[in-house]
Amino acid sequence: MIRNQKFLKVIRLTLTYIFLLIMVCVTVYPILWLIGASFNTGDSLYSSTMFPKNPTLDHYRELMNNPDYPFYRWYWNTIKVAAMTAILGLVLCSLTAYAYSRFRFPGRKYGLMTMLVIQMFPSFMNMVALYVLLNMAGLLDSHLGLVLVYAGTSIPFNTWILKGYFDTIPKSLEEAALIDGASRSTIFWRIMIPLSAPVLAVITIFHFVIPFGDFILARLLLTSVNKYTLTVGLFTLISNNFGKNWTTFTAGALLMAIPIVILYLSLQKYFISGLTKGATKG
Amino acid sequence: MSPQVNPVEVSETKTGIRRYIAAILSAIFMGLGQIFNGQIIKGIGFALFYFSALFQGYEFWKYSYWGITTLGEVPGEHHSLVILIKSLVGLILFLMVFGIYIFNIVDAYKNGKLRDQGKQVPGIKKTFKNIVEHGYAFLYLSPGMIFLLLVTVLPLIFTTLIAFTNYDLYHSPPGKLLEWVGFTNFKKIWTFGSWKKTFLTVFSWTIVWTVLSTFSCFGLGLLVALVLNQKDIKGAKIWRTILILPWAVPAVVSILIWSGLFNTNFGPINELLAFFNIERIHWLEDPFWAKVAVLIVNLWLGFPFSMALCTGILQGIPQDVYEAAVVDGANPFQKFWKITLPLVLYSTAPLLIMQMAYNFNNFNVIYLFNQGNPPILGLRGAGGTDILISWVFKLTLNKLKYNYAAALSLIIFIIVAGFSIYNFTRTRSFKEEDMMQ
Repeated sequence: MIRNQKFLKVIRLTLTYIFLLIMVCVTVYPILWLIGASFNTGDSLYSSTMFPKNPTLDHYRELMNNPDYPFYRWYWNTIKVAAMTAILGLVLCSLTAYAYSRFRFPGRKYGLMTMLVIQMFPSFMNMVALYVLLNMAGLLDSHLGLVLVYAGTSIPFNTWILKGYFDTIPKSLEEAALIDGASRSTIFWRIMIPLSAPVLAVITIFHFVIPFGDFILARLLLTSVNKYTLTVGLFTLISNNFGKNWTTFTAGALLMAIPIVILYLSLQKYFISGLTKGATKG
Repeated sequence: MSPQVNPVEVSETKTGIRRYIAAILSAIFMGLGQIFNGQIIKGIGFALFYFSALFQGYEFWKYSYWGITTLGEVPGEHHSLVILIKSLVGLILFLMVFGIYIFNIVDAYKNGKLRDQGKQVPGIKKTFKNIVEHGYAFLYLSPGMIFLLLVTVLPLIFTTLIAFTNYDLYHSPPGKLLEWVGFTNFKKIWTFGSWKKTFLTVFSWTIVWTVLSTFSCFGLGLLVALVLNQKDIKGAKIWRTILILPWAVPAVVSILIWSGLFNTNFGPINELLAFFNIERIHWLEDPFWAKVAVLIVNLWLGFPFSMALCTGILQGIPQDVYEAAVVDGANPFQKFWKITLPLVLYSTAPLLIMQMAYNFNNFNVIYLFNQGNPPILGLRGAGGTDILISWVFKLTLNKLKYNYAAALSLIIFIIVAGFSIYNFTRTRSFKEEDMMQ
């Protein structure tokens, strides 16, 4: 009986490790292939191998020096847009989430639901309207226009997460502060914001990565090459000449992915707890 | 400077006509009723607001009736789209002003009633205090809500309206004026041979895609989370970190990489198949295999998110539940089916609904992987892997069929919104929403 149980355990663990190994291979392969391709000697997809025979930094050099593809410029644009989106988004979301979490007002429940429903629609579905609106405001082909759209469209989801977190902070703290004569805004800035620092960090990152993940809006709203963000720039690089620029593209893609990956991996703990708390009221 | 409230004679009876006089005065011109009630400053405030609304809003309101009727009168000079947007903004402003107008009548009536009953009406200090106390919610809400209104709600209404016009390649402002055409666009999509065929093809694939992509990601994510949740696994943390990588790499990059991996002639996946003497598969050119490929790519992209989520939930399940089950003689499978799965599904239900809605409109994977291709004969501007949203995009950008694109957007909206609202209202968190914790 005991031996039988031991035997079963060995089988279970073996199967587990085999399964995990397969999963890791499938997960890591595309990423390793991307890294390998960027050090390849050739230009095309055809010649790219995971472990290049003569590794070279040519493609990285080309990225830095090619006048047709102002890679530096794109990088800086993306960082700029990301930072502006993060700041604006954080302010908007925290105010809105606080109101939904702590105040009771007519239409509150339906407001929450409307927000949830609205965020299910990619904003480019309304591209004609956005185009006309931004044109009227003179914000076409400008980073500010892009930031406004990014921040506006990400309000619902992040507000939802943040509100869920605020709900877990006991009300007694605020009541005590109110009795002590603190004003609402003091409570908000001095109690709520410091207490929810971890989830605020998550929300900031969520906003920050929007420009790194969005392709289509940037594509529609930015028309001059010098204003492109990385995603649009890299896509044009590859779609202009798929065969010839493949390895250059991989070099650029890698440079774009590294900071984001580091961000995610170092904060994964917060992501998981923030999401489960915010989304499921665990 | 607080105005002195007129001393009010105390009437024995609880009825009076001051409330009606105040309400009627306020209806004639905002603020008059408040002044009649002795709330001078409040009344002047209302009156000033009314003045400015009438004059400032004129810019928007002078065209509003055009929005309803003709969408402009002189081609080349009047831009129908701009007129449409301005009328919309005008309408929203009008509704706001109208709301405040109604509020001002109600307010005059209430204070009139107080006077009829011989009570004091609140002075300016008290009024201000009331505004501050009740206005906080409004103060915190307004920035975010104004943004939402401008960036999402207004464009959504605008798109809805476009669905009822003839806006396409042959009727595009400023050269031409738009006209209202009622339900013509919907009728055409639904009756015209090739459009109908395209719609049904794309729509059925969209449904299949939504279900398969959501549940494949969730299933694999849950499986991995369960496997890593076993107590005697070594290095669970390291495994988890590696497996979360696809979530961390920007999707745009990984989707483009995958389209290289699936390349029929040079891609490593076919090289691998060739190594085992399996015939090369036309991943990007064959409609069926392209669908399989895009599902695989999405699975790779999406399972880490579900894994992270399920991990969080699994770690929150108290162990004594399982111990009790073991005492009652439950085997591992019963533990999973009767305890783990219901608990996980219970907590993730709202998120699964969100994921479904997200996948229904998952433009990035479809478009960046293969631009919705391969092309299929006889379909109107849609390829083999196109879902509704990417078809809408192509109709707008390549075919300039703005009116059809808008009509389809509206159909998408109704489907997704209907599905989500129906499900959200039935989830636990929504029902508990209004209870004070």
